[in-house]
Amino acid sequence: MNKLVREPSYNLIPERDLGQTPILECRRIGIDFGGLSAVDEFTIAIGRTEICGIIGPNGAGKTTVFNLLTNVYRPTRGSILVNGVDTLGMTTDEVNRRGVARTFQNIRLFKDLSVEENVLIGLSNSVDCSVLASMLRLPSYWKQEKKARERARELLSIFNMQDMCGAKAGSLPYGAQRKLEIVRALATRPGILLLDEPAAGMNPSETAELMENILKIRDSFHIAIMLIEHDMNLVMGICEGIAVLNYGRIIAKGTPEQIRNDPVVIEAYLGKEAEK
Amino acid sequence: MDNRANNKANKKRFELPVWAAYIINLGLFIAFISLFGVLLSSGALPGFITKVAMLIGIQVILAVSLNVSTGYLGQLPLGHAGFMAVGAYASAIFMTHTSIPAGIAFPIGIVIAAAVAGLFGVLIGIPALRLKGDYLAIITLGFGEIIRVVLLNIDSVLGFKLTNGAAGLQNIPKTTTFVNAWLMVGLTCFLIHTFIKSRHGRAVLSIRENEIAAEACGINITYYKTLAFSMSAAFAGAAGALYAGYLGILNPSSFGFMKSIEILVMVVLGGMGSMVGSIAAAIALTAAPELLRAFDNYRMIAYSLLLIATMIFKPSGLMGRYDFSMKRIIENAINGDIFRRIRKSRAFDKAEGEGEA
Repeated sequence: MNKLVREPSYNLIPERDLGQTPILECRRIGIDFGGLSAVDEFTIAIGRTEICGIIGPNGAGKTTVFNLLTNVYRPTRGSILVNGVDTLGMTTDEVNRRGVARTFQNIRLFKDLSVEENVLIGLSNSVDCSVLASMLRLPSYWKQEKKARERARELLSIFNMQDMCGAKAGSLPYGAQRKLEIVRALATRPGILLLDEPAAGMNPSETAELMENILKIRDSFHIAIMLIEHDMNLVMGICEGIAVLNYGRIIAKGTPEQIRNDPVVIEAYLGKEAEK
Repeated sequence: MDNRANNKANKKRFELPVWAAYIINLGLFIAFISLFGVLLSSGALPGFITKVAMLIGIQVILAVSLNVSTGYLGQLPLGHAGFMAVGAYASAIFMTHTSIPAGIAFPIGIVIAAAVAGLFGVLIGIPALRLKGDYLAIITLGFGEIIRVVLLNIDSVLGFKLTNGAAGLQNIPKTTTFVNAWLMVGLTCFLIHTFIKSRHGRAVLSIRENEIAAEACGINITYYKTLAFSMSAAFAGAAGALYAGYLGILNPSSFGFMKSIEILVMVVLGGMGSMVGSIAAAIALTAAPELLRAFDNYRMIAYSLLLIATMIFKPSGLMGRYDFSMKRIIENAINGDIFRRIRKSRAFDKAEGEGEA
């Protein structure tokens, strides 16, 4: 049942993922807030190393989708499968341990802690050391701690931030904070990384660098990436599949090329070119 | 360029090996204990100073343990005295009923006190920690009062005459001494320090910093909240055991709401999240009323004024979240004063070298 098949609803799947369990699958999920249906009939499947974009006008329900995927909200309808396992009833941290990591639209770093500590918290679940062992400073603590710190530096070096280890996360410049959030999410060893507007507030050159880094992360970690973004250069440049949301419903799915030329999308979001 | 050069230079810094830092701290601690132990037992200091010193030790443990749930976990429980009462009663009942010699029984009593108080911490923490902020404060306040009122009204448990109701417990062996009280202070500080500087402690800090992000990082919020809360309760229980052995009598009325507030004032004044702040505030706020006995009646007024002044002029407390580190002080002393000139010239060379490349 969980194998990817070519169905009309799964038109985001590149050929290479056929026959594999998708890392993330949503089956007609929807959520109502009171009488308002914020997201409805949301169906999507993400391949193991796919980069998928979600675009749409403000208030379309993009961030709500992320909150649903990480079980911050419980869907009113439908089911979410991570790695083929239904996440119904799991807590957010359990979903994370199953392989879904995310960043936030309004950066949520541990501001008063150092950059290194932020990453170490992400690494928390891969440090295998009991409460007692760490309180008594048994050898296993030293071994695990050393390993974790090395790994933290390694992860920070993706964005060339390994020299900022001691700085307070809250004191970093805006762009660096966004990067740190990605590093922290990567530290939890996800199978899919959800990025909520990673390029918000970045200038064109920073965005270009971010695009390179997203591709680099996908290729070196072999993970899927799902991103919400308003920067069309970024979305069209690196996404293999795009879903367009409007009023909580997917109005179009397809490759960047298809989306760009879709009259429905142009009407709802992209806008027509000015007539000359 | 300048930044990079600085970073390079920082790598060359002298770093004290961790084991050496531990040995230095242990040495200083033993020196402190034996110095005061000898001074007090030789009678060079007046007798009541010993009493005050023991009381300070107990208060330090209470403040440092409350700091785990207020400073590190970021919650505001108001029932700390309740856990202290549980620990005090647990150890007192054990001490009065056991036939083991008091010297050996006392450490066991402390462990029992910590275990029972920790268990109460888990039981109370699981429902209470679902709430936040003011609501948590109110519910823990309620639980603290419940513990006190139950102790006040119950004489016997399952037919065994244990708690003695309003009359309290008498004839508890007075086993608390300056040395064992302060050894317990050292142990408490060490264990809480090592806890907070570990994977589990970082998880607790992450909850304080941002609960939603912590959850998204795979931190089991419920588990760590309960863990930190019950750890805080356990050490309060240990302090209770010392208190029982210090007074020799126990009375439920000494674990009222005001006691909880007294401990909270110490933590807030010292700086929530700073262990050294809690210690300093506990020492100051315990020693001052003892040494200024004449003004005892005005203590609560002074406390509230102090708290208001802190909130206005330094809301983060005297020490903020600063944490004392002997290792850092030694490193800074060596790096800063002795090698500063060498380091600067080296950094300069490095910067120039890189500039050419």
